[in-house]
Amino acid sequence: MSTSVLKVSDLTKRFGNFTAVNGVSFEIRPGEILGLLGPNGAGKTTTIQMLLGLVTPTAGSIQMFGLDLSTHREEILQQVNFSSTYISMPQSLTVEENLWVVARLYGVSDIARRVQDIVKKLEMEEFSGKITRKLSSGQMTRLTLAKAFLTDPRILFLDEPTASLDPDVAHKIRSLLKEERRSSGLSILYTSHNMREMEAMSDRIIFLQRGCIVAEGTAQEIVDRFGKADLEEVFLKFAREQRQSSS
Amino acid sequence: MKLHRITALIVRHLYLYRRSLPRIMEIFYWPFLDLVIWGFITLYLARYQSQVPGFVTFFLGALILWDMLFRSQQGITISFLEELWARNLMNLFASPLKPGEFLAATMTMSVMKVTIVSIVLASCAVLFYSYNILVVGVWLMPFVLNLVITGWIIGVFTTSLIMRFGQEAEVLAWSMVFLFQPISCVFYPMEVLPKWLQMIAMANPAAHIFEGMRTVLSTGAPPIGNLAWAMCLNGALLVGAIAWFYRTVAYCKDQGLLVRVGE
Repeated sequence: MSTSVLKVSDLTKRFGNFTAVNGVSFEIRPGEILGLLGPNGAGKTTTIQMLLGLVTPTAGSIQMFGLDLSTHREEILQQVNFSSTYISMPQSLTVEENLWVVARLYGVSDIARRVQDIVKKLEMEEFSGKITRKLSSGQMTRLTLAKAFLTDPRILFLDEPTASLDPDVAHKIRSLLKEERRSSGLSILYTSHNMREMEAMSDRIIFLQRGCIVAEGTAQEIVDRFGKADLEEVFLKFAREQRQSSS
Repeated sequence: MKLHRITALIVRHLYLYRRSLPRIMEIFYWPFLDLVIWGFITLYLARYQSQVPGFVTFFLGALILWDMLFRSQQGITISFLEELWARNLMNLFASPLKPGEFLAATMTMSVMKVTIVSIVLASCAVLFYSYNILVVGVWLMPFVLNLVITGWIIGVFTTSLIMRFGQEAEVLAWSMVFLFQPISCVFYPMEVLPKWLQMIAMANPAAHIFEGMRTVLSTGAPPIGNLAWAMCLNGALLVGAIAWFYRTVAYCKDQGLLVRVGE
């Protein structure tokens, strides 16, 4: 059994009286894709933000590659990257200029070749010279994914990575992620509201509700455990429970 | 034209002013500031009319040096705002980039801006007024260096406030430096200020630089005392401003503000 690349223990985040994440613990093994599911406000984004060092946990620990994030931030973030539908990149720069900046930020060697490779891999040739402001939302998503792949990370955090892509490009992105996982042992923490995508992509799934883990296992194990027809029904059950408890 | 749409927008902006001290400050601060500055200048001219040699020399020199300080501050604050406007802060702070590296980059940007603006302003002064800033002599370089550092201090402090209070504090990027202008004694000597304000001005490194400039231009005496004061104050305040910035980053991470600063 390989040791985990990411180990989260009893992670908690409170904002005043509100507990966004409550004693969450999980691990990701090398080459594993872990799906993080939950209704809005369940604590997925706060968890990812803590894993990226953007939000300081109230309690608990985050270890990546055997190092503690609170004391080895720089070494860890050098080997980690992320992409989210909710981030952007400098709008006045071209796609290639943005990738060059990111590559420099992470100290990527042979930048020209690396940028060229990633542009080709994500089929961005036709808009690589375009000003970022003029990109469509699908192209923008590809740029933020390119930014994430560019630095050759060992762990990727992907927050709804295919949300604004057409089915063809979304399929290519999923294939690319699986290929990267197979060839380089890339580990991925994945969130999506597309349940079919989650079933197809994730080796394991964690369900969050009101900041707590309420279910964990393969998609089939979770579906069987709650006696539902599919993952979407399980999701609806948790989402409605959360909504009822907060109203 | 629909009146309800126009009033909707007016109300939308009034909502902003209800909870925003910086925006309220912007309304009242500028007219008050003009009154204060030009009031002191008038006092100075009325009181020392016969002793003001090379009136243009003082004013243009002071104006160019003040602009260097202003651009130095802007170099830091606007660089931060550019990231905020581009929603790029998350990309930066989730990378291995350290807060100190972020500051170093913005300080470099600031020096580049100051260099370009100084060349343009100095050239224009020669061209339009036959005024050469080099008349300040060998002291020009230490003056400029100190003003750049003072600009950094104000810039880092302002950036911390914007990070902490978000977009509603953006206006400070343009107005904060002018809060220091009356006590920087740019266009008038420190002695025209009331005693209590002189005490405050003494703690401002820029005031010592402008005093030094006037000393050089009027007597030619080396402004060693002024430079020593400015350097000591700049050193202490720069350390304080950087420590404040680190503290603000830590606070914003704790409160989850770093990921919401652009909202």
